[in-house]
Amino acid sequence: MSLAARRSGIPVHVWAGVALVAIALGVLPFVAALAGQAWVRILNFAMIYTMLALGLNIVVGFAGLLDLGYIAFYAVGAYTYALLASPQFGIHLPFWVILPIGASIACLFGVLLGTPTLKLRGDYLAIVTLGFGEIIRIFLNNLNAPLNFTNGPQGINLIDPFRIGGFSLASTETFFGISFSGPQKYYYMLLLLTIAVIFVNLRLQNSRLGRAWEAIREDEIAAKAMGINTRNVKLLAFAMGASFGGIAGAVFSATQQFISPESFGLFESIIVLAMVVLGGMGNIPGVILGAVLLTLLPEVLRYTMEPLQMALFGRVVIDAETIRLLVFGVALVAIMLFRPAGLWPSAVRKRELEVAKEEAAA
Amino acid sequence: METFLQQIINGLTLGSVYALVALGYTMVYGIIGLINFAHGEVVMIGAMVALSVITGLLGSHASLPAVVIILAGLFVAILVCVAIAYSMEKIAYRPLRSAPRLAPLITAIGMSIVLQNVALMVWGRNYRTFPTLITPTPHIIFGAAMTDLQMLIVVLAALLMGGLVLIVQRTRLGIAMRATAQNPQVAGLMGIDINVIISAAFVIGAALAAVAGLMVMAYYGIAHYYMGFLLGLKAFTAAVLGGIGNLAGAMLGGLLLGIIEALGAGYIGDVSNVCGLSSLSDALQQKCADNDGQVSLFGSNYQDVFAFFVLILVLIFRPSGLLGERVADRA
Amino acid sequence: MRFNRTLALTLVTAALMTVYGCGKEEPKKAAEAPAAPPAAPETVVKIGHVGPTTGPQAHLGKDNENGARMAIDDANAKGIMIDGKKVKFELVAEDDQADPKQGVIVAQKLVDAKVAGVVGHLNSGTTIPASKLYSDAGIPQISPSATNPKYTLQGFKTAFRVMANDVQQGSVIGKEAVSTLGAKKIAIIDDKTAYGSGLAEETEKAAKAAGATIVAHEFTNDKATDFKAILTKIKAKRPDLIMYGGMDAQGGPMVKQMKELGIKAKFIAGDGVCSAEWPKLAGGAAEGEYCTQAGVPPEKMANAKDFVTRFTAKYGPIQVYAPYSYDATMTLIAAMQKANSTDPAKYLPELAKISYDGITAKVEFDEHGDTKNGAITLYTVKDGALVPMAMNVGGKTEKLSAAPAAPEAPAAPAAAAPAAAPDAMKSDATKADAMKSEAPAKK
Repeated sequence: MSLAARRSGIPVHVWAGVALVAIALGVLPFVAALAGQAWVRILNFAMIYTMLALGLNIVVGFAGLLDLGYIAFYAVGAYTYALLASPQFGIHLPFWVILPIGASIACLFGVLLGTPTLKLRGDYLAIVTLGFGEIIRIFLNNLNAPLNFTNGPQGINLIDPFRIGGFSLASTETFFGISFSGPQKYYYMLLLLTIAVIFVNLRLQNSRLGRAWEAIREDEIAAKAMGINTRNVKLLAFAMGASFGGIAGAVFSATQQFISPESFGLFESIIVLAMVVLGGMGNIPGVILGAVLLTLLPEVLRYTMEPLQMALFGRVVIDAETIRLLVFGVALVAIMLFRPAGLWPSAVRKRELEVAKEEAAA
Repeated sequence: METFLQQIINGLTLGSVYALVALGYTMVYGIIGLINFAHGEVVMIGAMVALSVITGLLGSHASLPAVVIILAGLFVAILVCVAIAYSMEKIAYRPLRSAPRLAPLITAIGMSIVLQNVALMVWGRNYRTFPTLITPTPHIIFGAAMTDLQMLIVVLAALLMGGLVLIVQRTRLGIAMRATAQNPQVAGLMGIDINVIISAAFVIGAALAAVAGLMVMAYYGIAHYYMGFLLGLKAFTAAVLGGIGNLAGAMLGGLLLGIIEALGAGYIGDVSNVCGLSSLSDALQQKCADNDGQVSLFGSNYQDVFAFFVLILVLIFRPSGLLGERVADRA
Repeated sequence: MRFNRTLALTLVTAALMTVYGCGKEEPKKAAEAPAAPPAAPETVVKIGHVGPTTGPQAHLGKDNENGARMAIDDANAKGIMIDGKKVKFELVAEDDQADPKQGVIVAQKLVDAKVAGVVGHLNSGTTIPASKLYSDAGIPQISPSATNPKYTLQGFKTAFRVMANDVQQGSVIGKEAVSTLGAKKIAIIDDKTAYGSGLAEETEKAAKAAGATIVAHEFTNDKATDFKAILTKIKAKRPDLIMYGGMDAQGGPMVKQMKELGIKAKFIAGDGVCSAEWPKLAGGAAEGEYCTQAGVPPEKMANAKDFVTRFTAKYGPIQVYAPYSYDATMTLIAAMQKANSTDPAKYLPELAKISYDGITAKVEFDEHGDTKNGAITLYTVKDGALVPMAMNVGGKTEKLSAAPAAPEAPAAPAAAAPAAAPDAMKSDATKADAMKSEAPAKK
C-alpha cells in the first residue's frame, strides 16, 4: 500500500468493494426468496449462528479455552428475552431494553462458569463446561415446580416479535411497492446486529485484551510472566463470549416466538464448536465462513439429495433424511483431514502448523 | 437400609457398564490425548451386531444352547467393533496426529454422526428388542433384589478390568503402551512401533465396548441406533471424574458415577424437602399439607445436575480427577 | 490499522463467496420446483407431512410419515374427483429432527411449496412454532400426536389435532386408575418432556380429585434406559399403582425393571406407551399391565378392520401414532371432498365442522380444533397383545369384555352417542363454523 493511499484513508477500490457487498447483502433476501421464503429463514439462522460462533471463537479461538457448553449462554439470552417479553409474567419490554439485559445476564453466567474453572486446563475444562451446559438446560426444563418460572418442558409461547413503535418485524408489509415478508425484515435487523458483532470482534482481536488472550492461548505461564493478569483476562474471555451468545439467544427467541429447553441441547454446542474449528479457529472471517457453511450445508443437502439420487440411479436408494446427515458427517471428517487448521485459518495458525509439520517430518 | 442397599446395587451395575466404556476413552486419551467422541457409537454397533447375530441364530439354529448363541454374537460383535475402531483410527485420526488439538475432535464428532446414520440404515429406526434368553431371576440379598444378570455384569466387568490391568502392567505390549503414553518420540527411538501401539489401544477399547454393548442390551432388553451417544457421554464423564488417562481412575470413576446417579435419584428429593421449614411461611405450610408433606426443591429430575455438580466439585479440588496426575497441557 | 483493513477485505471476500454460493443455488431450486408431472388430465394436490425421521425419535417420525403415506395411496387408489377433476394426492414428507428451529424452516418450505394441508408435526415443541406459519399462510394443519393443550389455544383457525390433548387423556387415566383399577396410593413418573410431564400432571390432578393419594412423583428423561434408582425409591413408598407419562421405549424397560425389583404395583401409561411394540420392549413383563389410547378400539370402527394388517405388511409394525396420522390425512381429504375444492381457504370451514369416520375414532373438532368428546380406551396386555378393557366417553366409563364379539360393536350406545348424533351437535358445529369462517375472509 502506498504512502499516499494510507494518508488519504481508505482507497477507492475498497469503498467500491464495500458498496458492492452492501448491495449484494441488501438484495440477498429477495434473491433467496425466489427459491422460497424458507431460504430467507435459513439465512437468518446462518446469521444467528454466525453471532454464536463468533462468541465461542473468543473463548476457544482467541483464549484457547475449550468450551463444550457454550449453548447455555444462548439459552440464558433466549429465556431472558422470553420472560421479559411474553405473557409468561405479563411483562412486555421492548427489545432494545432486553438486548442489553440479556447480554449482561449471559455475561454474568459466563463469569459464574469461568470462576470455578480457572485452574482447569484442556479436556478437564471441556467436561466441566459440558456439564455446565447440561445443568443450565436441566434447570430450564425443571423450573416449573415448585414455583413456575420457565414453564418447564412446555416451553414459553407467544413471545413478542421485535417491534419498533407499531411496526412489527413479524408480519408482511409493503413499502414503496415492494412487499417485505416477516423473515425478510428480520434479515435486515439480523444483518445490522451481525455486522455490529463482527465489528466488535474485529476491534477486540486487535486490542490489548485480544493480544493478551492470544498470549494465554500460546503459553499461559509465559503470559503470566509478562505481567498479564491471567485470571481476569480469562474471565473476560468467558464473559464477553457469553454475552454474544446471550444476544444471539435473545434474537432467536424473538424470531421463533416460542422456545423450549430442547433447543439448547449438547449437540447444539458441539455444532457451534464445529463451526469455529472447521472455519478456522481464531480467524474471524474463517469462523463466519464455518458458521454459514455448516448452517447451509444440511439445508442444501435437504433440497438436493433426493433429486441427485434420482439423477444418478433413477430411484431413491437411501432416503434423503438419512443420507443428508451421513454426508454431513463425512464432510466434517473430510474437511478436517484436508484442512486440519480449518478452511480459512489465521496466518499465525497456518505458520505454526507448517512448523509443526516440518518438525514432525524431521 | 434395604432401600439404600438396593440403590448401591443399582448403581454398581450401571457403574460397571460405565467403567467398561470409560476404559476405551481413557486408553486412547492416555496415549494420544484424543477424546474419541465416536467411542459411544462403537458400543452401539457392538450391541446391534450382537443382536443381529443372536436373533439370526435363534431363527435358524434354535436348538443350540443359549450360552453358545450369546458367545457367537459376542464374538462377531467384537470382530466388527475392532475392525471399525481400527479403520476409524487409520482414516480419521492418524493423519491428524500433528494437527491442532481440536481437529481430531471434530473428525471424531463427524465419525460419530456417520456411524449413527450407517446404523440407522442397517438396523432401521425402530427400537429393537433383545430376545430373553435368560430370564432374569431376582435374588434377595438383605432385602434388596439383584438379578443373576446383574451379578454376571458386575463380575464380568471386574474380570475384564483385572485382565486389562494385567496386560498393561505385565506384558511387553503393556510396557510399550505405557512408554508411548509417557513420551511417544522417545518410545519410538527405543524401537517401539508407535502406530501399532496406538492401534492396539483402539482395538482393546473397541473389544471392551463390544462386551459393554452386549451387556447393556441384555440388561435393558432393548437397543436403538441412538443409544451410544448418551452412554458415551456418561462414560466420558466417568473417565474424567477418575482422572482421564488413568486405567484405575476410569474404573473408579465409572463405579462412582453409577452410584452417585443412583443415590442422587434416590435421595436428592428427601434431602431438599423444605417441609421441615414449613413453620417459616403459611403458604409453604399449606403446600406441604396439600402434597403429603413432600415439597422438594429438587427431585430426581435433577439427577444429572447432581452428577455433574459432584464432578465439578471434584475437579475444583483435584483439577486432574481423583487419580489423575498433573499432566502438562497439550494445547 | 493495516491488519484491520486486510481483515475487512477478507471479510468482504467471505461475504461475496457466500452470496455467490447462494446465487448458484437458485437455478437448481427453480428447476426442481415444477417437478410435478406436466399438464395431465388430473390435478396434483400436495399434502405436507412433518416429523423427526432422524435423531432419537426417528422411529416415531417415520411411523407417522408411513401412516400419512398409506392414506395418500389409499385416496389415490379410490380415484377421488374434486371439482370435476381427478385428483392425485402427493405427499411432501419433511424431517424436522424434533428441533423447533428446523420445524420452522421445514414449515416454511411446505408453505413455499403451496401444500394444500399439513399433517404434523409429531412433537408439541415443533408443532407450536410451526403452527404460526401455517396460520399466516392459511394452510390447515392437523397434528396426529402433539398433545400440548396450548397448541390449539393460540387462536389459530388452522390448527387441529386428532389426538386427545393432555388434559383430556390425563383426566381419564387418573379417573380410571382410581375407579376401574381401584388404586388408592399412586406413584407417578414422567419423562420431563412436554408430552410426558403434561400428561402426568393432568393424571395427578384427576387422581387426587377421585380420592387417591399421590405417594411419589419421580422423573426420568426421554433417552434414559435405567429406572432402577427411581423405582427403588418408589418401592419404599408402597404404591398400588405406578403411572408413567412418556413413550414406549422407556415404558418397556421400566415395567421390566419393576418386576426385577419385585414391585407388585400395577402399571398404567398413556398413548405414548400404548403401542403393539410395548409388550415386546418390556420383554414379557408388561403382561397384565395397562395403558390408554385416544379413540375407540379398532373393532368398533368399520374402516379400521384391515388397517393394521395392511400397514404391517407394507411398513412393518406400527410404532405408536401411524393410525392417527392416517386419520389426519384422510380427514383433510374428506374436507376437500366435502367443500369440492382443494383450496385451503375454501375447504377450511368444512374441515372445522367435519364428521369423518376414521380408524381411531369419529373425527370431529371443537371450536379450538381439539377432538370433540374424544373417546379414550383403556387397554390391558394379554398374551403379549393389547386388549381393550374399558372405554371412557365424555367422562362415562363403559366396560368392554376382554374378547368383544363383532356384532356388539354397532350396538355400543356410548360410542355412538357423541359421534352419531350430528343433529344434536349441529348447533355447536354451526357456532364453530361461524367463528372459523372469519379466518378465510381475513386472508
